[in-house]
Amino acid sequence: MSQPSLVVGNVNWFKYASPQSFYPLAGAMIPWFAWAAAALCAAGLYVGFFVAPTDHQQGESYRIIFIHVPAAWMSMFLYLVMAFWAGVGLVFNTRLSHMMASALAPTGALFTFLALWTGSLWGKPTWGTWWVWDARLTSELILLFLYFGFMALKAAIDDPRRADRAGAVLALVGVVNIPIIYYSVEWWNTLHQGASVSLTRAPTMAATMLTGMLLMALAAWMYSIAASLHRVRSVILERERGADWLRAL
Amino acid sequence: MLTALRCVIRRDLLLAMRRRSDVATALLFFVIVVSLFPLGVGPEPNLLREIAPGVIWVAALLASMLSLSRLFAADFADGTLEQMILSATPLGAIVAAKVVAHWLVSGLPLVLIAPVLALQFDLAQPLLPVLTVSLLLGTPVLSLIGAIGAALTLGVRGSGVLLSLLVLPLYVPVLIMGAGAVEAAAVGLDNAGHLLLLAAFLVGAAAFAPWAISAALRISME
Repeated sequence: MSQPSLVVGNVNWFKYASPQSFYPLAGAMIPWFAWAAAALCAAGLYVGFFVAPTDHQQGESYRIIFIHVPAAWMSMFLYLVMAFWAGVGLVFNTRLSHMMASALAPTGALFTFLALWTGSLWGKPTWGTWWVWDARLTSELILLFLYFGFMALKAAIDDPRRADRAGAVLALVGVVNIPIIYYSVEWWNTLHQGASVSLTRAPTMAATMLTGMLLMALAAWMYSIAASLHRVRSVILERERGADWLRAL
Repeated sequence: MLTALRCVIRRDLLLAMRRRSDVATALLFFVIVVSLFPLGVGPEPNLLREIAPGVIWVAALLASMLSLSRLFAADFADGTLEQMILSATPLGAIVAAKVVAHWLVSGLPLVLIAPVLALQFDLAQPLLPVLTVSLLLGTPVLSLIGAIGAALTLGVRGSGVLLSLLVLPLYVPVLIMGAGAVEAAAVGLDNAGHLLLLAAFLVGAAAFAPWAISAALRISME
């Protein structure tokens, strides 16, 4: 069978679509992203804890924002990335894309859980309650269920090829539904009661706070890339265990 | 193509009529779940009136999910599904016909019995048509979305529980708008928006779900 090729600007973009050539590339990239994540995280936490001023309304408790907001951003973004790779896998029939989608799911679920957890820790001192049925909280919770559904479906099907493609269809159906879910939850909440608590009521943010948050967001990006590359390497090892090139390693 | 569709609908309805207990079970489940709520939360009429739309809608969600696993299972087991995939009629059309038949058997009875259950909760008379219309628009969406899940989990171990995990989060918008329509009418607000959105969900799902269902079926049958 001839190798498929997508040549743009003298680079064959399908070269790294084969697990064989991607495996060493991922291995070479992981330390870079991991160290970048560690450095950015250290810088972000330093800015967050020592440089950023104390909030005059919420006191010190607002500092959880430096973990909470990046986690919430990543949780949503990673679902889109996962659905993107699932779609690419469905269209081009590339094994690696499906492996990438399944490697991203646990990281996405982790960030979703982290966003919910830190959110409730933040909610207790500021709103006086662990949980409110606010639109954002509810849709984040549903996002967590969608991640779990994706992982459960993949885990339940033994044949990896079928599991990949079934998971891809589910991820795409989910991604179509996410805006619908988000808006319906928002309308549901606003129709019921006025915005008694809103995440946007925070006073205009000091520049140092924003810096800390962006640094942490970048750290979350780097961590996600490093973690999913590491996981995709494990998935490759598991799936291709019979392959000759792996024995040669 | 239309003859094929009519054929599929007729066949599925006939099969359902030959096994009436299956249809009755889902309906009874619906009735029992709704009846459990007053026992759980207490017989306070004001409270019951307030929770009635939500309870009936949640019960409808669960009941329609219960019958989903049967949608393709029998055809999958005896090889009919394979023939349907191979047939000259587009799979999307056949699948749409199957969903229609499934809704007639499992969704429509719920819609018809819901007003009676609402009376148990002392829901005001003018709200009963609203509840019926919201269910009439909403339950086909549940069947369409649920069929995607049923097709994906075809022949997978533990598919019943898995199906609920996949499908219930996707049901959320329908639940919100369906129960919301009745609740808005109960407090005297305009509920046309809710019902129009439900209708929009129905149109959107009817257009796109057969696609996703047939893609999922092809994957499951490989």
